[in-house]
Amino acid sequence: MAKPCLYEKYIWEVPVRVSHWLNFFSIIILSVTGIFIGAARTVALEPSQFVMGWVRFVHFVTAYVFSVSVLARIYWMFMGNKYAGWREFLPFLYRDGRRDMLEALKYYTFIGRKVPNPAGHNAMAGTAYLAVFLLYLVMMATGFALYAEHATGSFLHRLTGWQFVLFSNQGIRLTHHLVMWLLIGFAIHHIYSAWLMDVKERGGVMSSIFSGYKAVKAKE
Amino acid sequence: MGKKGDENRNGPAQQHLDLSRMLAERGVTRRDFMKFCTAMSAALALPVTFAPKIARALDEVQRPTLVWLEFQDCAGNTEALLRAANPTVAEIVLDILSVDYHETIMAAAGHQAEEALAKVVREQKGKYIAVVEGSIPLKDGGVYCCVGGRTAVDIAREVCGNAFATITAGTCAAYGGIPAAAPNPTGAVGVKAAVPGATVINLPGCPLNADNLTATIVHFLVFGKLPATDSHGRPLFAYGKRIHDNCERRPHFDAGQYVEKWGDTGHRKGHCLYRMGCKGPETWHNCPSQKYNDKTGWPIGAGHGCVGCSEPQFWDTMTPFYRRLPQVPGFGIETTADKIGLGLASATALAFAAHGVISAFRHGDESEGAKED
Repeated sequence: MAKPCLYEKYIWEVPVRVSHWLNFFSIIILSVTGIFIGAARTVALEPSQFVMGWVRFVHFVTAYVFSVSVLARIYWMFMGNKYAGWREFLPFLYRDGRRDMLEALKYYTFIGRKVPNPAGHNAMAGTAYLAVFLLYLVMMATGFALYAEHATGSFLHRLTGWQFVLFSNQGIRLTHHLVMWLLIGFAIHHIYSAWLMDVKERGGVMSSIFSGYKAVKAKE
Repeated sequence: MGKKGDENRNGPAQQHLDLSRMLAERGVTRRDFMKFCTAMSAALALPVTFAPKIARALDEVQRPTLVWLEFQDCAGNTEALLRAANPTVAEIVLDILSVDYHETIMAAAGHQAEEALAKVVREQKGKYIAVVEGSIPLKDGGVYCCVGGRTAVDIAREVCGNAFATITAGTCAAYGGIPAAAPNPTGAVGVKAAVPGATVINLPGCPLNADNLTATIVHFLVFGKLPATDSHGRPLFAYGKRIHDNCERRPHFDAGQYVEKWGDTGHRKGHCLYRMGCKGPETWHNCPSQKYNDKTGWPIGAGHGCVGCSEPQFWDTMTPFYRRLPQVPGFGIETTADKIGLGLASATALAFAAHGVISAFRHGDESEGAKED
């Protein structure tokens, strides 16, 4: 059987890739600075130094970058191509999507041998990213609520203060901390799955997040 | 405060008093009085030009009646108020209030005392100020706290419901406090929860800072209304800033100098208590500026972290007091969020490493390549 004719297809548009890499760097910086803020150690010799001050400043600036990136990506779910669209993240809402999810799950659990081969996200991955986007929103809501505590009655405080009515202040801190670990767990899984699919799909998924192109079989 | 022997106490509810004469009789100079008025304008976050206005208003003060109710409490707020080292101008200003009922300090007892309270409610409806100390139990019909055969909630409904305003003295009266801590056997709540219709101004703290009570009353005497409050019903002049943002140890926080163990070098040098679980970053109170015991000290100044005593449900939500983060539900006390997180990340890495090894040695997977769609 002749090999099917493969061609380069443009899948990931510029906003998708930019947002992906901004998230990548933001999450690393936010986690490193966040772990220090949460479990501070003495790092300064003189009270005139400003180490924690700078660490927090970097954390807050990066938080703004990350939030703009996430919100821009959510905007692009409605403006971009079909691979960036919101339907990719909600496959369980329609019949084909549910079938694809089951197929992918079978492959991941070694039950099936058919590698999921979508042009965009596979159905399980899309569902995982929905969970991740929700975790991003939790991080943004709790993070800005804690940040706004320094300015009682400010715009940001009024925007995020509703959380303190629903949850305890310490509960919000704990949530912000634990979700970081969930996202670190996700990052480990994400890199692994990208490697696995790069090996098994042979569609160049790993390089596609740099170039935007994947190898796709042409329609007969 | 509240000397019952005052000969004017049987007069009408609002009575003109000559404060200057009272102060002179007690050996307080005009200068001391003006200093007090300046301190009060500072406590209320008013410009210094308000000091003469406060002095004038206090000179011409009308005499409001005050009743002080005690429910599920330790009388610590009464103690905080009464145990001042010297008779201060603040106390004398409080003296001009007619304290018609206060279980701890009143001379009357039994039915005679209860009659005094009933008289205030009857004759000065909507005009007197009620101060409440202690939480109100609601469970089992409120039987866990009864005074003179009536339940606390019953008394609170009548007294607070008919008052011009109710000031809650301390965290128990404001939010239930320690009696309301889990498992809250008596169903204790604060005044606002027990009597939703009452006008309540919360002055939490364990104990409350007597200066804040004085300032709230001075605000009422000067402006004839209650001060602006936050979403927890606390006056903004006293609870509008976080402890962390006014803390004398804040430079050590920003620098990165922390107490890492009780009694270590950092502790002896007065470094930041953040690592030791100080709840200053999540507590709103003016402790760093007002302090306690005639402004001589406060917990962080004494080398102990803040426990967040002026926040709702502090006993349940701020614990463990010596840790930054609360315990993760379902895990042991020694298991911190970071240990759990690290375990989670390691387990993920191991699981996917195993999955990867199996996948790498697995042949015969059918890969068709993505189809154009």
